[in-house]
Amino acid sequence: MSTVIADFGAGNLQSVARALQKLGAEPKLATTSRDIMEAGRLVLPGVGAFAACIGALRERGLDEAVVRFAQTGKPVLGICVGMQMLFDGSDEFGQSTGLSLLPGWVRALPSQGPGPRPRKVPHVGWSDLHKPDRAPDWSGTILAGLGSPPSAYFLHSFVAQPTAPEDEVAWSEYDGLTFTAAVARGNLSGCQFHPEKSGSVGLMILSNFLKLQ
Amino acid sequence: MPKVRLIARLDVKGPNLIKGIQLEGVRVVGDPYDFAVRYYEEGADEILYMDAVASLYDRDVLAGLAARTARDVFVPITVGGGLRSLSDVQQMLRAGADKIAINTAATLRPELVREVAEQFGSQCMVLQIDAKRSGAGRWEAYRDGGREHTGLDVVEWAMRGQQLGAGEILLTSVDCEGMRRGFDVELAAAVTQAVSIPVIVSGGMGDFSHLAAVVERGGADAVAMAYVLHYRKLALPAIRNAAVDRGIDVRRLQ
Repeated sequence: MSTVIADFGAGNLQSVARALQKLGAEPKLATTSRDIMEAGRLVLPGVGAFAACIGALRERGLDEAVVRFAQTGKPVLGICVGMQMLFDGSDEFGQSTGLSLLPGWVRALPSQGPGPRPRKVPHVGWSDLHKPDRAPDWSGTILAGLGSPPSAYFLHSFVAQPTAPEDEVAWSEYDGLTFTAAVARGNLSGCQFHPEKSGSVGLMILSNFLKLQ
Repeated sequence: MPKVRLIARLDVKGPNLIKGIQLEGVRVVGDPYDFAVRYYEEGADEILYMDAVASLYDRDVLAGLAARTARDVFVPITVGGGLRSLSDVQQMLRAGADKIAINTAATLRPELVREVAEQFGSQCMVLQIDAKRSGAGRWEAYRDGGREHTGLDVVEWAMRGQQLGAGEILLTSVDCEGMRRGFDVELAAAVTQAVSIPVIVSGGMGDFSHLAAVVERGGADAVAMAYVLHYRKLALPAIRNAAVDRGIDVRRLQ
C-alpha cells in the first residue's frame, strides 16, 4: 500500500518522510488531488498557523481530495496542525474552517495558567500521553503497544477540542491544562504531538499507522 | 510543566567531535554522527550540535552532518555556531535541523533574532549566550567562542532576546565549561527568573548532583551535557534513572 504525504508546503513534511523511510515505507509527496486519491494511506502534516495551513491546502485544491480520500475508508493520519485541520475550524485570526471530518473546534492554548505567571505558549517539550478512563486499552489504535505512560514531543499553540469524547484516544497535560493529544475515529487518526520527533514512541506510532488497513 | 530535558551537546570542528577543556585546548573525540546516534538510542531528549570553528566551509559540513543525523535521529536537533544570516538558518533547517542557535551574529545585530523568529518561527530561534562572571551576581555575554567582550549584561540580554522573539535561551557558563565541577547555578537562576521562555543550561557537568542542583536551584528547563557523555563518565540511562529517583520530572523511556 502506498503511503502518501500531502504536500502543501507544511514545514514538517521532510521530517515525517524521513521517519516513514526509516520504517521501510517509501512515502510519496502528494501535490495533486490525483496523487492523494491514488494513495493507499495518507498523512496530513502541518506546523505553524492553522489558517495558513488550511489556506495552503485549499489553494492547491487538496482539501476536497483529502475529504474524498477520507470517505473511501483508507487510513488517514493528521499530525499537529494536520490533526487540527480534521476538525470543523479554529478561532485563529478570526475564524477559519477546517475539513469537518471530525466534529469539534480548535482553540488557542490559554495563557492564563493555574499560577501567577502566564502559561508559556507555545507548549514545547515532552509530555506524557494518557488513556481516557473509558478506554480499556489502546489496541487497534495507532497507540497500540505503548506502555505506561508514553512521552511524546509537543510543539503547538492551539489545541483541538473534539465534540465527541469517544474520538479522544489520548490526553496530555501542560501547566495545569488537560488537552486532547490524539484522536481516532474509523479510518481517521490524529496526533497533536510530533511522532517524527518523539523517538521510539513516535516511530512505534507511525509503524502502527503503516500497518492499518 | 514539560519535562526537564536531557540534551546531548556535541561540539564539532569540521568532521570531528571535539571537547574543549579550559586551559588545555581541544581534543578530538570521534565522528559526531556516531555519537549522536548512540545518544539518541540511549534516550537523549534532543541533540545539540555546536560548530566550534564556524567558517564558511564548516557551515556546509555542519549542514551535511544535520542531514545525515536527521535520517536516523528522531528527536529535535539543534544546530549552531557561525550562523549569521537568514539564508544560513534556512540552509540548516532545510538540511534537517529543527532549531538553530545564534550567538555572535545576534550580539552584533539583535534584529536578526526577530527576523529569524518572524520568518521561521520563535520555536526554532535559540539565543545562545556564553556567559562569564564580571562581578558579584553579574555576568557578561561573550562572542566568538568565549573570546570577545560584548559589553552586554547576560540577564538583560536574555530578556531582550525573548522580546525579540527567541523561543529558548542556550546558556553556557564559559567559566565552568569543561571543568566538571558543576554548572553556574547562580547564573542559571538569574536568567530563568528573568525570562519566561525555556532555558537550556550548559557547561560544567561532572556528576549527577550538578544536574540536580541546576534544575532544583537554578530552575533549568533543560540540561546540555558534553564531557560526561563523550568520555563515558556517565551514561544517559543512568542519568535519567537518577533524575527519576530524585523526583525530577523527566521523560521515561519505554
